Amino acid sequence: MSTTAAALHDHHEPQLTGIKRWLLTTNHKDIGTLYLWFSFIMFLLGGGMALIIRAELFQPGLQIVDPQFFNSMTTMHALVMIFGGVMPAFVGLANWMIPMMIGAPDMALPRMNNWSFWILPFAFAMLISTLFMRGGAPAAGWTMYAPLVLQTGDAFPFMIFSIHLLGISSVMGAINIIATVLNMRAPGMSLMRMPLFVWTWLITAYLLIAVIPVLAGAVTMLLTDKFFGTSFFNPAGGGDPVLFQHIFWFFGHPEVYILILPAFGVMSQIIPTFARKPLFGYASMVYASASIAFLSFIVWAHHMFTVGMPLAGELFFMFSTMLIAIPTGVKVFNWVATMWRGAMTFETPMLFAIAFVVLFTIGGFSGLMLAITPADFQYHDSYFVVAHFHYVLVPGAIFALIAAVYFWLPKWTGHMYSEALGKWHFWLSAVSLNVTFFPMHFVGLAGMQRRVPDYALQFADFNAISSVGAFIFGTSQLLFLYLVIKCIRGGPQASARVWEGAHGLEWTVPSPAPAHTFNTVPDSEVIRRETLA
Amino acid sequence: MFIARAAWRLLVGSVILLAAVPALAEWAINMPRGVTPISHEIYDLHMTIFSICVAIGALVFGVMFFSIWKHRKSRGAKADNFHESQTVEIIWTVIPFLILIGMAFPATKTLIKMEDMSDIEMTVKITGYQWMWHYDYLEDGVSFYSRLDANSNKTRQLDSGLNPGDVPDYLLNVDKPLVLPVGVKIRLLTTAADVIHSWWVPQLGVKKDAIPGFINEFWTQIEQPGVYRGVCAELCGKDHGFMPVVVKAVNQDEYQAWLQSQRDVTPKTASL
Amino acid sequence: MQVKNHSERTVIKLIVVVLAMFGFGYALVPLYDVICDVTGLNGKTGRISEAESAEQVADINRTIKIQFVASVNAGAPWDFYPNEYEMEVRPGGVYYTTFKAVNKTSHSLVGQAVPSLAPREAALYFNKTECFCFTQQSFTPNESRDMPVRFIVDRDLPVNIDSLVLSYTFFNITPDNQKS
Repeated sequence: MSTTAAALHDHHEPQLTGIKRWLLTTNHKDIGTLYLWFSFIMFLLGGGMALIIRAELFQPGLQIVDPQFFNSMTTMHALVMIFGGVMPAFVGLANWMIPMMIGAPDMALPRMNNWSFWILPFAFAMLISTLFMRGGAPAAGWTMYAPLVLQTGDAFPFMIFSIHLLGISSVMGAINIIATVLNMRAPGMSLMRMPLFVWTWLITAYLLIAVIPVLAGAVTMLLTDKFFGTSFFNPAGGGDPVLFQHIFWFFGHPEVYILILPAFGVMSQIIPTFARKPLFGYASMVYASASIAFLSFIVWAHHMFTVGMPLAGELFFMFSTMLIAIPTGVKVFNWVATMWRGAMTFETPMLFAIAFVVLFTIGGFSGLMLAITPADFQYHDSYFVVAHFHYVLVPGAIFALIAAVYFWLPKWTGHMYSEALGKWHFWLSAVSLNVTFFPMHFVGLAGMQRRVPDYALQFADFNAISSVGAFIFGTSQLLFLYLVIKCIRGGPQASARVWEGAHGLEWTVPSPAPAHTFNTVPDSEVIRRETLA
Repeated sequence: MFIARAAWRLLVGSVILLAAVPALAEWAINMPRGVTPISHEIYDLHMTIFSICVAIGALVFGVMFFSIWKHRKSRGAKADNFHESQTVEIIWTVIPFLILIGMAFPATKTLIKMEDMSDIEMTVKITGYQWMWHYDYLEDGVSFYSRLDANSNKTRQLDSGLNPGDVPDYLLNVDKPLVLPVGVKIRLLTTAADVIHSWWVPQLGVKKDAIPGFINEFWTQIEQPGVYRGVCAELCGKDHGFMPVVVKAVNQDEYQAWLQSQRDVTPKTASL
Repeated sequence: MQVKNHSERTVIKLIVVVLAMFGFGYALVPLYDVICDVTGLNGKTGRISEAESAEQVADINRTIKIQFVASVNAGAPWDFYPNEYEMEVRPGGVYYTTFKAVNKTSHSLVGQAVPSLAPREAALYFNKTECFCFTQQSFTPNESRDMPVRFIVDRDLPVNIDSLVLSYTFFNITPDNQKS
């Protein structure tokens, strides 16, 4: 059945050159590349904002920015990194890899694919333009809690509208991925033979479809509260500001799994490859991902224990949150068991994957601590929380993305990257990351609150250390940029298999992967050989 | 001046990072044990769950790093092919579950204790404003605002040229602290007049959001006299970082004397 | 063509899900109100008719202390305070008290009081037959007025609750064109 689809797409793909090739492309590989470059630019932009934050926090007192601008920086850093840095990067990987992994010639909906990418630059241009508006950029935190967010100046409607656009882009991307995975698999590629990256993305796509519209609803309510006299969140009109938090976190908690599930998928591709041993517990990985996704819908209020909930509510959300540790633990144990009695080598992707397992688990531990409601009353909104979510997002989502790029770069470009530079990049990133974020645990426990431009003197030394780490981390990423450009330009020829232990359909096509792959259905014998189960 | 201090801090920071010296004891690196029954329990919970995490971490990472050392190709390791074991998978699902249950019990007990609002002896209403606190002693008709102290406020301005190191309790001092008696079960109510704030004093083990239009309650019982400092924990706009909380706990006699001195100066209305 | 049809069907189904979830976001608003009514989640108090309140008989074996609290929101230029600061009540009995509000400005104002009860679990058992918070309150310039509340604490109030706090916050909802 894939052959017919391939023929369909093939004959109306004109040979375009220059800018038009990229503007009008419907090729999944080109669109994947666009997504990846766009997200890298956003990563640098969001990182620049983080460095402004860390520069101000280098020592007590205000030296560089005023408090309002500081709040804009924390808000924009989060929005840019989440919606610009991480989510589009994973969509980019999905575009490149999912069709090749399931033996499909392209995504199911190539033209919508083009749309969902090209919305992004406009959405972010709008979001970033708010920096220059009267009243400044949004400064109420990425969580946009009412009523504070209603004090935003001219930027307010632009922020809402850009979030709507980002949501539309994500939802279109998710629909495309689901349609591709459900309908475009080569014969013989049954669901339980799919690589885990495809599985985790399928689950992520369902999460996106379920919660992005809820976010759209929440911000629309903010918009009508501000301009059209509704009072969803205004007590004077019968509303309740806490309601916003409930709706927001109903979106927000699944959202954090949207950021991390595809990372789990990437890990489940990389670790078996370099351990030269099949993934341990494939089926339990699938079930664990699905149960994490399910649990993410019933834990949201753990983000808001301090708003004052009845005892029963606090207990329910504490227990359900603690339960998440179980499927997450299963995943970590499975990765370790995959390494056990393998024959490991430590190329750059594997180094990032090992760092992921260790550091993400540390983030998981602090997450478990945060689940304990009475203790959460102390941790909540302190730097301990900042440390927690940076540990799950930076060595979690970001390291998984970096590992994925190293892993598949030879397949994309046909060249091997410089292993020496890759190792430099790894060690600089891994060390500076811990220098940046580990001290945040300490200052948080000792009483430093989030989202402040200045602090009391007892926090000064750890903050100085964090800032030094942040600048080293930021600079190291430029090395990554250099390495990637160098690899695109040239380097030793990569083989089709690239890695000795690699399995999967994407490694059966030549490197670099030609513009069109699997125009003819892959042999079912090949599928059986390349996939587990 | 700034550069010299920054360089010094860099130096100190690197030394500590490299050597992990005993000087760490002087750095604030952990949650305070606090001065209320609840804060002690929270501290114990925190240390228990932390120890459990460290133990699990040591075990898992220990196994992983052993494998990384032992099962590497460069040492001539040959890859095995096993990829399933129902027994092992059941074990590592059930054991964490039991650990979690073990953890949930003490946490639930503490939580129930925190919610026990019986036998309240006095009540203070706390109102959050952008960017200060207002305290209202319900039974005694005393009320006042509490703002960042003038010294910190002057120093924290952008490019003030003043050195925060010269200000005692920089950013953690107010013009008028909340005075509370020790040994008394006190109900604290939180609400806000504009946006959401959150009243946090780590030594008391409490953090509660102050929400416009709604009141929240919690209780505290301070065990020993002293000055306990905290902050607003919920982002509330421009000067969120500049509205500290200071609680001065005194014994009953001193408290009564203080109340008497205040009654003369505050009118008995609860208004702006 | 088969794949294309399959995909189209998938897309249509998924778009329906997206629209439904957008609706669900809005459905959370009334759902939240229902959950609050049933559980007392946000401490908003209930309202019953006088007939219903007359059905209850005061429990003479139990007294509950109620403290009254008044707040004004930013930009609400009233002096606002309870005329009685606290009251001992028996569950099942109907009680009456008043709050005083003084318009501090020389123009007309419209205010809305928002009730809140602590502990929140008790909100289920706290009902009012008459309250100034049921309607908007108009004030002439410099007007000072006592505003009534008539309430009943249900006999089923859990035994571990021995004191309540009833709070009102006054919000200024004067339409913009009337503000001077």
